[in-house]
Amino acid sequence: MTDEHTETGTGWPQPAGPVRPDGPAGEPDPRPEAPDPDELSPLSPQGRPPQDDAPAKGGDESAAGSFAAAVAAGWRRFGSATVMISVLLVLLGFTLAVQLKTTSTDSSLAAARQEDLVRILYDLEARDVRLRQDISTLEESQRQLRSGEQGRQAALQEATRRADELGILAGTLPARGPGLAVRFQAGAKPISAIRVLDAVQELRGAGAEAMQISGGDRASVRIVASTYFLDGENGSLIVDGRPLSGPFTITVIGDPATMRTGLNIPGGVVASVAQDGGNVIVEDREVAEVSALHVPRTLEHARPVG
Amino acid sequence: MIAVLALLAGVVLGLWLDPTVPAALQPYLPIAVVAALDAVFGGVRAKLDRIFDDKQFVVSFISNVLVAALIVYLGDQLGVGGQLSTGVVVVLGVRIFGNVAAIRRHLFRA
Repeated sequence: MTDEHTETGTGWPQPAGPVRPDGPAGEPDPRPEAPDPDELSPLSPQGRPPQDDAPAKGGDESAAGSFAAAVAAGWRRFGSATVMISVLLVLLGFTLAVQLKTTSTDSSLAAARQEDLVRILYDLEARDVRLRQDISTLEESQRQLRSGEQGRQAALQEATRRADELGILAGTLPARGPGLAVRFQAGAKPISAIRVLDAVQELRGAGAEAMQISGGDRASVRIVASTYFLDGENGSLIVDGRPLSGPFTITVIGDPATMRTGLNIPGGVVASVAQDGGNVIVEDREVAEVSALHVPRTLEHARPVG
Repeated sequence: MIAVLALLAGVVLGLWLDPTVPAALQPYLPIAVVAALDAVFGGVRAKLDRIFDDKQFVVSFISNVLVAALIVYLGDQLGVGGQLSTGVVVVLGVRIFGNVAAIRRHLFRA
């Protein structure tokens, strides 16, 4: 094998000499000659043919007998060298195609130069930093908004609470809670407005938070700061312009014990009414309901300050 | 003729199978291809000069590829892979140019 290789392979002109003589009489031409014309034809069509003819004729004369050997040699020569070259070239073509395809498919970054890659990386880092800043800014504003929301809710709660308190104090909201029911039963003399006013003042002094007064016909009037009491006819009472007939009941929300003590002090409301022949019945109430409402005056002149 | 057919067959095979190049081979494949091209052009030139040698072609083909890959590998290990592969490509390019010039002179006599 190797021998033949070296012989045939040492150069182009030489194989033409030795090989031709060996084998090809006329028929073996296809084997050794088939590759030859193909390989030779491109190089020099004008110069080559005469050379080819000369050795071929020489071969005819010299090796007419050793026909099989020539065929075998041609096969082997053809086989080993050409097959090897073919395999290598197939490999080359394969790799070439693969490489071309690879390069063309991901030419975006893989084919980029180092400076470009560095620049791209730098851009990405700058963008990263910018986006991080954006994130922190947005988180900060989110936190602010959330705390603002919380503050607003707290303020709203506080305002609602104050509005409720003020509404109860101003008599615009119904209220309930522990308290007393104070009933005035007239004796010989009707219950005068002064006694009722005394009782109201006493209750206020004892910490009453909400009061209403109701007459015998279940009409109720909320007692607020501006409520006034007047003596009416036939023992009736005019409260805030509304006539109430006896017996009167003041429903009050506050600390029951304190208010009871306040009413019962010597020379106080109970004693005064008793002097007039009347009677004051004080009852504790677990839940005293002050449901009558006072219609607030619309303010014409007073304006809040600030 | 067979060589050209083999080359075309390889190209078709490569396009048809469409394999992905392993990452480990990625830096060496282009250099190996250029080295093989150098060997092929050298072979064509030798054929035209009528000093073509099968064995020499095979050996030079394989050794070209191996040496090119080895140089690049060495460069990678030394930290100068990029420059060294550029150098290899330049050298092989010069050789290819020389070979192509010789082939051109043969074919066109110019």
